[in-house]
Amino acid sequence: MTVVLETHGSRTYVGRFDSQDERGVHLHDVGVHDAGAADGSKEEFLRRCDKFGIRAEHRDLVVPSGEVARIQRLIDRVR
Amino acid sequence: MPYNPALVAPMRQEMTSMGARELTTATDVDTALADQRGTMLVFVNSVCGCAAGNARPALRLALQHGVKPGEVVTVFAGQDLDATSRARQYFAEYQPSSPSMALLKDGEVVHFLHRHQIEGRSPQAIAADLTAAFDRHFAATV
Repeated sequence: MTVVLETHGSRTYVGRFDSQDERGVHLHDVGVHDAGAADGSKEEFLRRCDKFGIRAEHRDLVVPSGEVARIQRLIDRVR
Repeated sequence: MPYNPALVAPMRQEMTSMGARELTTATDVDTALADQRGTMLVFVNSVCGCAAGNARPALRLALQHGVKPGEVVTVFAGQDLDATSRARQYFAEYQPSSPSMALLKDGEVVHFLHRHQIEGRSPQAIAADLTAAFDRHFAATV
């Protein structure tokens, strides 16, 4: 399932949800938006992911549970 | 490494039984897409049960719609590697995922359905998206 993981910080991740354990949330083929560094807004980033697919920057990524603010399906997040 | 051909044969047959033409080599793909005219749907097939298992029935449902692509072709990701790689060059603006579907009109991609727009959804819901795209892009040309 492809999800949007929003953190308490500036980063938002889009990728395939694998699992969640004591290390955090495990994602695959992950695209990243950093509000502090990116040119476009998070909403633009998510719309691009929806229309053109996810430009994966990380094959595998673990986001610590404490950083996770919200997880939604991408398709639900953008529509 | 590709799966055992015997295991994927039913997934191929599911596509051809609805009228899709298999493209198994890069040459097949070039022949079909290099000078594509009219309307076409390219289905990137996959062994993924959670997504492709709904995508194939969704396409079968969608093809019962009054407006539909003039031709349906298919490549099999993870199986026909050269054909899939070549097909993706024709819609390079879109990130690769499988299963996925590209709607082409006179050589241009007019709509793309990604894996994330397929997974976890019913065949009926996916088919509704497809038929809406058929109506939007193909209605005047079919």
